[in-house]
Amino acid sequence: MSRALSGGKASSAPLLGHATEPTIFEMSVPGRSAYQLRTTGVPATALKELVPAMHLNPDVVDIAEVSERDLVAHFTRLSHRQFSVDLGMYPLGSCTMKYNPKFCDAVANDPGLNSVHPGAPAELAQGWLELLATLEEKLCAVTGMAAATLQPAAGAAGELTGLLLMRAYHSANGDARQRILIPDSAHGTNPASVTLGGYAVTTIPSNERGLVDLEKLKAALGPDVAGIMLTNPNTLGLFEEEITEIAAAVHDVGGLLYYDGANLNAILGVVRPGDMGFDIVHMNLHKTFATPHGGGGPGAGPVAVSPRLVDFLPGPKATRNDDGTYVWVKPPKSIGRVHGWHGNAMVLARALAYIDVHGGDGLTRVAQHAVLNANWLRHRLRETLPAAYDRVCMHECVLTATSLKNKYGVRGLDVAKALLEEGFHSPTVYFPLIVEEALMFEPTETESLQTLEALAEAVEHIAQRAIDDPAALHLAPQTTPVSRVDEARAARHLIPTEDAARLSTR
Amino acid sequence: MADYLPHTPAEVDEMLDFLGMESMEQLFAHIPPAVRLTQGLDLPEGMSEPDVAALFMQYTSANLAKATEMTCFAGAGVYDHEVPAVVKMLAGRSEFVTAYTPYQPEVAQGVLQAIFEYQTLISRLSGLPIPNASLYDAATGLVEGLNMASGATGRQKMVISAGVHPHWREVAATFARGTGHELVIATLVDGITDWGSVDATNAAAIVAAYPNYLGVLEDMTEAKSLAVSNDALFILGADPVAAGVLKTAGQWGADIFVGEGQPFGTPLAYGGPFLGLFACTEAQTRRLPGRIVGETVDSNDRRSFVTTLRAREQDIRREKATSNVCTNQTLMAVTAAIQLGWLGTQGLREIATRCAQGAHYLFNELLKIDGVHALSSQPFFREFAVRLNRDASSVLLTMASDGVLGGVAVSALTSGDDPSVDADIQNVLLVTVTERRTKDEIDHYVEILRKAVGE
Repeated sequence: MSRALSGGKASSAPLLGHATEPTIFEMSVPGRSAYQLRTTGVPATALKELVPAMHLNPDVVDIAEVSERDLVAHFTRLSHRQFSVDLGMYPLGSCTMKYNPKFCDAVANDPGLNSVHPGAPAELAQGWLELLATLEEKLCAVTGMAAATLQPAAGAAGELTGLLLMRAYHSANGDARQRILIPDSAHGTNPASVTLGGYAVTTIPSNERGLVDLEKLKAALGPDVAGIMLTNPNTLGLFEEEITEIAAAVHDVGGLLYYDGANLNAILGVVRPGDMGFDIVHMNLHKTFATPHGGGGPGAGPVAVSPRLVDFLPGPKATRNDDGTYVWVKPPKSIGRVHGWHGNAMVLARALAYIDVHGGDGLTRVAQHAVLNANWLRHRLRETLPAAYDRVCMHECVLTATSLKNKYGVRGLDVAKALLEEGFHSPTVYFPLIVEEALMFEPTETESLQTLEALAEAVEHIAQRAIDDPAALHLAPQTTPVSRVDEARAARHLIPTEDAARLSTR
Repeated sequence: MADYLPHTPAEVDEMLDFLGMESMEQLFAHIPPAVRLTQGLDLPEGMSEPDVAALFMQYTSANLAKATEMTCFAGAGVYDHEVPAVVKMLAGRSEFVTAYTPYQPEVAQGVLQAIFEYQTLISRLSGLPIPNASLYDAATGLVEGLNMASGATGRQKMVISAGVHPHWREVAATFARGTGHELVIATLVDGITDWGSVDATNAAAIVAAYPNYLGVLEDMTEAKSLAVSNDALFILGADPVAAGVLKTAGQWGADIFVGEGQPFGTPLAYGGPFLGLFACTEAQTRRLPGRIVGETVDSNDRRSFVTTLRAREQDIRREKATSNVCTNQTLMAVTAAIQLGWLGTQGLREIATRCAQGAHYLFNELLKIDGVHALSSQPFFREFAVRLNRDASSVLLTMASDGVLGGVAVSALTSGDDPSVDADIQNVLLVTVTERRTKDEIDHYVEILRKAVGE
């Protein structure tokens, strides 16, 4: 009997039908309303007496007119058309879709944090400044760095911040450098950030073990190299075992090492970027520290640095005075603000609560269990979907559907789509680019053994379907709110709004 | 030992056994010992949730400026609007909160359709046809606008009104370190941009704010014609609530609209996560930063939504992408769609009007005080700046002891001699009134400010 009675398999989720949900604009009835406002007693002077006529819009901007009941029904039904971590396992590689503790949401939503105006004088927001300074300290302890900025709103914002820090550091040394090295397995945000940082990308190929080719790296180094951006473990889920040699080689030419923290979950309490020789580290708090991802954001991408970069950090930063009070201080050579205010503060508060609950010991267990789960899954599926590099991996494993494709014409995408019918979110497909038919699974530490087994059985079931009826797999999924969508049509004829849809005679 | 890990010790042993391993340590044996952490992390031990909750009390109690206890007259782009229970409940649904980016549209129609509705609303409020699915905040949204203008014109010079929020300008200056953009700031005279003070030749963009950060409503005709005569794009940063009744960015001829979407259902939140609003003309579609959702059909010909024009994005275009944005602020965009659905056509007009009514009422009462003077003689909308007879920051602390957050000191937003204020910037106070403020609260404000300026 299978043990796959899992908490993470969502195939029992009820679906009431296959009708499309109307848009809120289609539901709108002129004259209907839901809003209720405070009774203020403020004189109701006509707007045209307050604002010169030239500024007033002659037209009424049409929003939508619905009752509260219809509003609730509409967005509740939309929510039922959405997969989420709370519903089931989300093994989307590189995204660390672990369970988001409700407690962290609750503490952040306390009015003592979420009703504070960001422009309030520091004297009236001492709790926030202390919280931010405390989080900075703890993130530095996790990464082995000297100081951090909490302003970047997401990982990519952290990357660009880190590159601007590199630039400021080299400029301060009178050193104009042009190139950043990036492995061919890197996330796309890396090269995109490099361009915005004013640098050119040099791509470093991976070797036959899926790691940075040290000799080719050395050949690419030179006095014009500003630094290297590395993800470790890399996007294959493999640890860069020659990291100290890489660090020494880059430092030898005066370059800096940037740590892309997308995969930090794998190494919590095991090894710190600072100890590996990294100078700059960004963290994705919405991955490693379990803040909910909100369907595509908000995230938070704090950047921690080694001592020589501390003075360049964005500011102002919450700083503790000797008397125990907190003030905003701008680092002496600061590159300036990278966010309109203090960063995604509510995300930062959640991350601190998560760190406090776990403590140093708990964070270490997080990494251990994440790595254990990924290796169990890799090994469990070795006959069905072999790993691209079959050896001990870290928190995620990149499997390949090449043999299914060669034998039955079933591609990685088909497997990913069929998994949706089995009650699981898909893994990341076709990334990293250097693996053919890549399926990148990141189970995370919060999924049980029973859920992992259920996922493995689901993959095996799909593999059996590939043998029995491969054509049907090309049509998967059919049990989901919609079946495969016509992405080419969406791009060919852009309809980004209701108004565009009406013009195109929907 | 507090955590969220499911495995029992027996299961851990079983899993290790399956891998042919005897300990967790073997999973990490391939990491060079020289870099391994031997003593564990230098952090306190884990605590239970109730213990952490008690710890967080020290933060929440030290935040005196919570809007639940201190009446909020602070704005500067962040406003204390009504967020009803129904919006909090819907936006807090875990299907929206705990999903990732909608990479698998078959199981992400909820978020995708909500973004489509959000995009529709932003398009209407901006008067521009091509919105995106959100950016981090208004300041970083402006940077994306500048990058778009640079891409469209091949130029680097950005002519920016000093009426653009000082933080937005500062963020633009930070990122200009990488892009090489040259920022030229046009000063304000009596709260109005002096476009004649700058040379706009070869500009990529003319950037203005509406209302500007001091609350003033500027006639945008000159900014637009400056953009046209120099073949530059016109970027307008506009208050989306004001857009319920004032001319839209599109009506002023803007090529790009950026704005701060916080007023649509997001709490003050100490500055984030907020919502970067962005929309542009069709001519700039291929340079759009971030994601965009489009309508299409599924294989059974049912209406469906999907992220589209993906070929611009970083994961495909890599170093040639239009932007590096990946994670954005989707939950805030969904929240904005819900909040606007609640407000509806009439409600948005109502709150915009009430903000203007409250702000004008307070402004007129304050000018009756001897130590308070208007910074500008120009029309304003929902926010205004006054020059006090003393330091505005200390006046704010005095007012706080009477339970009022009296505004934002302009000197706290910008350093030194900002080109938006001609003199004595430390005495300038920025004040706003939202639809949540009652006449009694406003009258109380007047009384305590009168006291604070020593009248």
